[in-house]
Amino acid sequence: MAKMQSKDKTSSLTVAEPMLVKPYSIHRVVRETFDTFSLELGPKSGRESIKFAPGQFNMLYVYGVGEVPISISGDPTKDGPLVHTTRAVGTVTKVMKDLKVGDTIGVRGPYGSVWPVKEAEGYDVVIVAGGIGLAPLRPVIYSILHNRNKYGKIVLLYGTRTPEDMLYRKQLEKWRSRFDLETYLTVDRATGSWRGNVGVVTTLIGRAPFDPLHCVAMVCGPEIMMRFTVFELLKRGVTEDKMYISMERNMKCGIGMCGHCQLGSSFVCKDGPVYRFDGMKDVFTMWEM
Amino acid sequence: MNNETKTVIERKDFQTLFDALVAEGYKISGPTVRDNAVIYDEISSADELPVGWTDRQEGGSYRLIKNDKETLFGFILGPYTWKKLLYPPHKKVLEARRSGHGFDITGSDLKPSKKAFIGVRPCELRAITIQDKILREGQYSDPEYDALRRNLFIVAVNCTRPGNNCFCASMNTGPAASAGFDLALTEIMEGGKHYFVVETGSRAGRKVLEKATHRPAVSQETDKAEKAIREASVKMGRSLNMDGLKEILYAKFDSHRWNEIVNRCLTCGNCTMVCPTCFCCNIIDTTNLGGDQAERWRCWDSCYTVDFSYIHGGSIRATASSRYRQWLMHKIAYWQDQFGTPGCVGCGRCITWCPVGIDITEEAAAIREKA
Amino acid sequence: MENLERILTEHPFLAGMSPKHIQTLVGCASNAVFKENEYIIREGRQADSFYFIRHGRVQIETHVPQKGAIIIRTREAGEILGWSWLVPPYRWHFDARAVELTRAIVLDGKCLRDKCEQDHDLGYEIMKRFNLIIAERLEATRLQLMDVYGKNAK
Repeated sequence: MAKMQSKDKTSSLTVAEPMLVKPYSIHRVVRETFDTFSLELGPKSGRESIKFAPGQFNMLYVYGVGEVPISISGDPTKDGPLVHTTRAVGTVTKVMKDLKVGDTIGVRGPYGSVWPVKEAEGYDVVIVAGGIGLAPLRPVIYSILHNRNKYGKIVLLYGTRTPEDMLYRKQLEKWRSRFDLETYLTVDRATGSWRGNVGVVTTLIGRAPFDPLHCVAMVCGPEIMMRFTVFELLKRGVTEDKMYISMERNMKCGIGMCGHCQLGSSFVCKDGPVYRFDGMKDVFTMWEM
Repeated sequence: MNNETKTVIERKDFQTLFDALVAEGYKISGPTVRDNAVIYDEISSADELPVGWTDRQEGGSYRLIKNDKETLFGFILGPYTWKKLLYPPHKKVLEARRSGHGFDITGSDLKPSKKAFIGVRPCELRAITIQDKILREGQYSDPEYDALRRNLFIVAVNCTRPGNNCFCASMNTGPAASAGFDLALTEIMEGGKHYFVVETGSRAGRKVLEKATHRPAVSQETDKAEKAIREASVKMGRSLNMDGLKEILYAKFDSHRWNEIVNRCLTCGNCTMVCPTCFCCNIIDTTNLGGDQAERWRCWDSCYTVDFSYIHGGSIRATASSRYRQWLMHKIAYWQDQFGTPGCVGCGRCITWCPVGIDITEEAAAIREKA
Repeated sequence: MENLERILTEHPFLAGMSPKHIQTLVGCASNAVFKENEYIIREGRQADSFYFIRHGRVQIETHVPQKGAIIIRTREAGEILGWSWLVPPYRWHFDARAVELTRAIVLDGKCLRDKCEQDHDLGYEIMKRFNLIIAERLEATRLQLMDVYGKNAK
């Protein structure tokens, strides 16, 4: 049994150490694309799984290697495993990719601001995702479909470099066959047998079926993709206070105390990662901020 | 200022203040001379203070020199800040041990003691309250810092001789301590007399003072103390015009001045190490060779390193100019939006300890002027 | 102080435009100087102007986080800089910076947009010319995308 907090040992500490991790077990490993994988985690016996809201992330600890912030990409409406999707790009994620079912991962969280699932009730919802940006947005889709009658039209626009880079392909097919959700996919470069749209994801915005004057847009992907998506949404008449983006920065603590994730006066780990665009628009183009 | 609350401790009785603190169970830390500088460390007697020492500081230069009088607090500030004692440069945060398919976690075994700091300058006192906002008044707290702060006894020392690099007056953080101390002293040495005018700031302060040898202050003495502080506030070596500076910095984000500073700034990070409010840290996970034991350590970090802002693909602040800009703008502008006050207290350490003598007051003025 | 009217009248971009229309443009024109490395245009800001570059060179670039500024194109003396002022939502899509000391004539795009709304003939003349500019940009960019000189030329 893991000993959790140092207040067992000394009487003078009355504040919990926020950097302690909770051990979770890997229930399933899913290879999504050649460099992206999903981990499904469950708490070690006797503990309840974390409740999270769409947009939040956990700090995941690989024993002896390090900790990284990874968005939660699972279903917040169900009592199921905690799902995280990530690319294997650094020291920690590369080791994480080779972990097996039954291995232990440390979890701290959930941290961060949330997508406006509640605020979007009564509006059309436009979800624009680029590359791995679909992962932090998937919980939004689950949430909205769970309460479908509270929303107007729902449009998912998803673009990747090539068809092989698409995440959650089976799920995309399921969503595409629904009548209460419009899914449009596109790739920058067509390979193999792809017969769908070719072009950057921003090209889908012009003809997407939503009311720009009565919608909430949620955008996630590489910063450049988000910058140009904002232009296209503006062109259609969506106002900046109805657009939401997700930012990414170096995080060491995830709780606003290490200073690494600062973007101007904002701490991305607690004021973000989800931001309403109008509050962020100046900072967005202040390079190397 | 109410004369009734002021008392005097004579120089010959100064040790009784130490003894009173020890009797109340405090471990005392204060300034002492080591390696040609005044640093902060555990001390037990008044003789360990920098008796008869003062310093001369310029941009990029610090010299400890003999004072013409046997003052106890005749120096200004050295390279250490109190954050070294409250927020240690290296701290183990957790231990993990392999067990079966997983690992067990243990928190660090912390037993923070009751500490007393003697010799906290008003700018440093303000810096401590500024760090409180991040380390114990946010949604999460550092447990060791919080415990130390709750039990911390502060003997502040007002400044009667400001340094060449000091600008606390323009930052409204000195030269006198206004709040947050248990006792505040003003050292007076003239006309053959050597004494400390004492102001109590808390019940704990009064309790300790009761145990030390003291007597009520006469108006002549409190007048001298007030005069010395008043004179100090107009003799500051530098000043920083904070008027509208936050808005100016935001507006001049793209200014060329940031590129010019690259000709001088080495991004060595000295300024962040000696700054009393800088709090950035790194979390380092390690394991022993056998792999059966892992540890997590928190270490001081600096926004000047290239890796500081690294995410896959590269660093957000890749250029040196963007990193200098980040430090200055955070210290003066962003900090206000984050915590309600600037992060700079005007202690001038960054000017002294910068190897090339970059002056934050000069840079701020230059950005203000520049188109 | 050079004569803005003379410069605009003689500029090839406006060849064929009536003196009346050129006068309108002159009414919206002023001189500008940009120092080396100074930003002329910043991505995301309101696009309410365009420029006739008279002297110097301008770099059109975009900032890619972690990689720095990527130069997309350069514009030189005699060329036109800026078409976003004509295309909603009237925001700059890229940065533009002076590579060296650059002199330009700035046209007030907001003023000109309003005048084009009132005088459709003027509007048509402007649109005809900027169409060519935007088409040229598009074709050049597509060519750049194809990376024809590279080892993996398509």
